[in-house]
Order: sequence, then structure tokens, then C-alpha cells
Amino acid sequence: MQIYLPIAEVSVNAFLLLGLGGLVGILSGMFGVGGGFLLTPLLFFIGIPPAVAVATQANQIVASSLSGVMAHFQRRTVDLKMGFVLLAGGLVGSALGVRVFTMLQKIGQVELMVSLCYVVFLGIIGGLMFIESWRAIRRSRKPGARPAPRKHHSWVHGLPFKMRFRQSQLYISAIPVLLIGAAVGVLAAIMGVGGGFIMVPAMIYILGMPTKVVIGTSLFQIIFVAGFTTLMHATSTQTVDAVLALLLLLGGVIGAQVGTRIGMRMKAEQLRILLAIMVLVVCFKLALDLVLTPNEIYSLTTGAAH
Amino acid sequence: MIRGLLFLLLALGAPALAQTDPAPVTAQPEDVPETAQGEDARQMAPVQDTAEPQAEVTPESQDGDAPLPDEPAAAPAETDTETDTGSQGEADPQPEPAPEDDPKPEADPEPTAPEQAVGGLSQNRVSITAGFDGSEIFVFGAVMREAPVPTEAGPLDVVITVEGPTLPVVVRRKERVLGIWVNTESANIDEAPSFYAVATTGPLDQILTETERLRHRIGVDKTVRTIGARAQVEDPQSFIDAVVRIRENDALYTRQDDTVDLRQDTLFSTEIVLPANLVEGDYRTRMFLVRDRQVVNVTEQVITVRKDGLERLIYTTAHERPLLYGILSLLVALFAGWAASEAFRFLRR
Repeated sequence: MQIYLPIAEVSVNAFLLLGLGGLVGILSGMFGVGGGFLLTPLLFFIGIPPAVAVATQANQIVASSLSGVMAHFQRRTVDLKMGFVLLAGGLVGSALGVRVFTMLQKIGQVELMVSLCYVVFLGIIGGLMFIESWRAIRRSRKPGARPAPRKHHSWVHGLPFKMRFRQSQLYISAIPVLLIGAAVGVLAAIMGVGGGFIMVPAMIYILGMPTKVVIGTSLFQIIFVAGFTTLMHATSTQTVDAVLALLLLLGGVIGAQVGTRIGMRMKAEQLRILLAIMVLVVCFKLALDLVLTPNEIYSLTTGAAH
Repeated sequence: MIRGLLFLLLALGAPALAQTDPAPVTAQPEDVPETAQGEDARQMAPVQDTAEPQAEVTPESQDGDAPLPDEPAAAPAETDTETDTGSQGEADPQPEPAPEDDPKPEADPEPTAPEQAVGGLSQNRVSITAGFDGSEIFVFGAVMREAPVPTEAGPLDVVITVEGPTLPVVVRRKERVLGIWVNTESANIDEAPSFYAVATTGPLDQILTETERLRHRIGVDKTVRTIGARAQVEDPQSFIDAVVRIRENDALYTRQDDTVDLRQDTLFSTEIVLPANLVEGDYRTRMFLVRDRQVVNVTEQVITVRKDGLERLIYTTAHERPLLYGILSLLVALFAGWAASEAFRFLRR
């Protein structure tokens, strides 16, 4: 069934969008990522203009994250205090990011920046996570080996303004938490992602939070950052497509519920290595697109508004 | 329509003259009586009126470009008179120019074009709704003659063009920089219709001369043009070609030679396919009668493409009340997320 998207001004298959939303929702619930890093490139691929894909994506993330976080609330795996501190940084970052996005749109480098951001961040994070979780899995397979010590003290623990995060069993400075929040906010706005794929590893590896709590907390703060990003895009670039968002999020919210349940049954290392592999695959694909000679080296942008 | 336009021009022209001209003293005496008074404008209007009947002979067909007095001067009568009034405005207008206008239309040897096109469309309005998946428009028409089919002239051909609204387009070219492909040069193409279809009774290049095509803007190569880009980039043509190529791939630009069905040199029809990725606006449909590689007559119709229903509502809300739109989008998302979560909890029980 073809459906015409009023803002994107293209006609696409409605079931395809529902399916995409569902798939990404499952991943979202499983890994605590918004899934935007997968969905945005997929939307580009089916012909949605980049600006619309990025902005609409943020709206869809709100829905699937809420759906996921509610499942986590029921299991008490959300650290609200941590979430709010991350959020404070996130909102500042998001406002900044939308500015940057609008500027890039004017000079016609949105696509490049988005792709570059993806390749760089996905590459680094995916690579690090893969190595770490691979080691963890090997260690756990050895009979008698005990799990790696979680609470290693790093530079993070030496900073001032310490706060206690009971749910995460942490007593750390608020500064790195705020910074992570802000960085994720900027990326969220530019890349149209909730930032979960950066947030999750950062919380695990930099802050040292337990993986189970990380996912719920990450989802919790993504709701707000993505919601704020949606509003900013709606008012400054007018590229949020309500019909596209609705179709994606219908699939997304259902997928997120399924994903959360799958995630509960898996071991933390397995979850991490799967996420790492996925991130690396997307990264590889995007890098290839940047390097290979494109079929059409010209691109069109219509009107002054876009 | 045309008459109204002329009136307007005259009405606008007169005060403008009255303001600008007083300076040259020599011009004044003739000037003042001529332009400053409303009666004069009215006096001139009849002059235009005499030009008009020819334009109005056939308007039963429609209100577009009325058939034109003579075939070489096939350029719209409208612009003719427009420039006339224009020049009148700049040069010291003397009583003469107006009378001069008079003989001109009268001098037209043929009372009207010997052959005139009368056109119609299967639909004048295309609504883009949620289920919109392109549309087919049946374009048809007939050739009206006061005399028998001219035998000495070449065979009759028909060219039909449909042209979407023209929006400025920025074309960017990628280049490999440090191993990756980056948008580097860009050109603004000022005149590129969002949609352009040509259907003909024969090969376009053979049934029309280059000049005629250029004059009437028939064919994609004569329609997509650029004014300012020459300074920006070295090879504007490659950017223009890119627009054409990309839009041809998207089925936005089509050229269908030999797809107009012409019966007994009188009835013609064709089908124009409008793809799903349409832009809102007025789609100008022109039907040209062609003989001896010259345009004999042209008639025009307009297809109005509009978003409708929900699509219209969403589009206007997004652009006119962005904040409300953003909040609504969020609420929908939040509701959907909450509903799904509750539904699953309910299911598990």
C-alpha cells in the first residue's frame, strides 16, 4: 500500500515503514539504543530526503523509547537520578546541535557530516565494545574464572561535585555525566539519533554502570532529548513528517516491547557483543558509501527553504 | 483576463508617467493631456479592445493564450501590447503611438488564425491525498477551422507540453577529497520546472525548428535554463544536464515522441502520466498546432495540483504553526509508546 508523505513529498510503501519501525523497535528494546543509527540510513535508502529522515526519526525515537522505558520501569532498572543529570547536559547539547544542523543544511553538507559522524563514532564505539565484550565472553567461558572486576577506579572518579547514584551503585562526579549528556545531545540533533549507541557504551565504560541499569536509564533520557530535538526541528527546519513518524512508531513501539523481553533473557556480554557487531556493520556500509564512486555525483536541492 | 491586464497596465502606467515625466520640460506639454487623465486611459483602452476581438474570437475554448492574430508573431499578443505600453511609458508618449497601435492589429491580413486549437483535460484538478500514487491525465483537443484544410501547407502536427511549477534548484557536485566524496561545486538553476512532459505526433526535433522550440520553450533542453550560474561554475551545462538526467530518472521529465493521436487532422489526444512525487502548484498544459516546422496556434489549460484532506492539514500546520505541530507530534509519539507498553502488560496477564 503506497502512502504519500506530506512533508517528505514522496510516496512510499506503508508496510515497509511499519516493518522498518518494528525491526528498529526490537533493537531499541534489546540494547537501549534508539535505533536511529540504523533507521536513518535506511530511510535515506528508500528515498526520504535526509533532512526529513533525521527530524522525523527523532519523533519516532520518543515513542519507542517510552515504550521501552516503561517495560524497564516495571523491572526497576532505571536510574532516575542519573537520567536527569544526563538530561540536563543533553538538552543543552541538543539545542546546539539543531543550530549546527540548520547551518549545515544551508551549505549543503548535511549528508556528509551525518555520514562522517556515523562512520567515526560507530567505528570507534563498535570497535571498542567488540573487543571488550569478546574478552568478557572468553573469560566467562573459562571454567572457574570470575567476572571481571567492575568497579575499577579511573580518572572519572577523581573529579569534584560527587553525587551518589543509588540505583547504579555509584558515587561519582556529576561533570562527566553532564558532558556525556551534552555530547550525545549534539549528535542526537545532527544525526537524528537518540544517541543511545554512544550513551550506552559511555555509561558502561566511562561511568562504570551495570549494563542492566544502563539500558533503562539511557532510554529514559533519550525520550527527553529526542522529544526536544523533535520540537526544535519542527520549529526551525519544518522537516518533521507526521505521517512518516506515525508509521514508524507504530512498528517501533511494538518492536520495543518484544525487544525488551528478548533482552531480559540474554547475558550482558552477549548483548554487548551483538550491539557491537551491528554498529560495526552499519559503520562499514556507510564508510563504503563515502569512499566508493557514487552512481550520480550530482544532487538536487529544491527551493530555498530546504 | 487579458483585457483586465491591459487596463491594469495602463492604469499603472499613467500615474507613473505623471510622476516621472514632469522633469523633462519639453515632454510636458504633450504628456500631460495624454497620460494624466483617466479619460485618456479609457481612450486608449478601446484601442486595445480592437486588438482584443481577435484574441477573443475563440475564447469559448478557454481563457489561456488566446489564438493569435498571425502565425509568425505567434508570441503572445499579451506581451506584444505589454511592450508597447512599456515603450510608451519610457519614450515621450505622443498622441501618435496610440493610433499607431490601431492599424497594427487591423493590419493583420487574416482575420484570425486559419487553424485554432481547442483543448480540454480529463481533470483540471489533481488532489494529493494520503493514498496518492500518481495520476494519469487525458489531454485532448480539436482543430477549429474557418476554411477547409490547407492543402499547400505541410502536414499538421501537434505538440503537447505539461509544465510543473518552476522552483529554483541548487545542484551540487561531489568530488573526491582526501579519498571521500564531498559536495564541492554548486550551481543555482533558476529555471527548471518541477515536472515537464512533452508529447508529440512525431520526432520533436523534426517537426519544429530550433528557434520555434526556443521561442515557445518546447522541450526540456529549452526549458531548463540558468541565468546566474554562468559566473559561479565553469561548466554550467553539466549542471543543467544533471538536473535533466536526475529528473528523467525520477520520471519527472518525460519526452514521448509519437504519442499524440491525431485523427483526420482534427482531433488529437494523449495521456500524460503524473508521478507520485509531485510538487503542489499549477501545471501549465499547452497544445501547439504545428505546420511547416512553425507553431501555427497554441491553446493553454491548467491542471491544479494540491495536497488535500489530511495531507493538506499536516502540511499547513507544519509550516504555519510549527510549535503546535511539534507538540502534537510529540504527544502522538508519547501516547503510542505508552499505549503499546500498556497493551503488552495487559497481554501478559
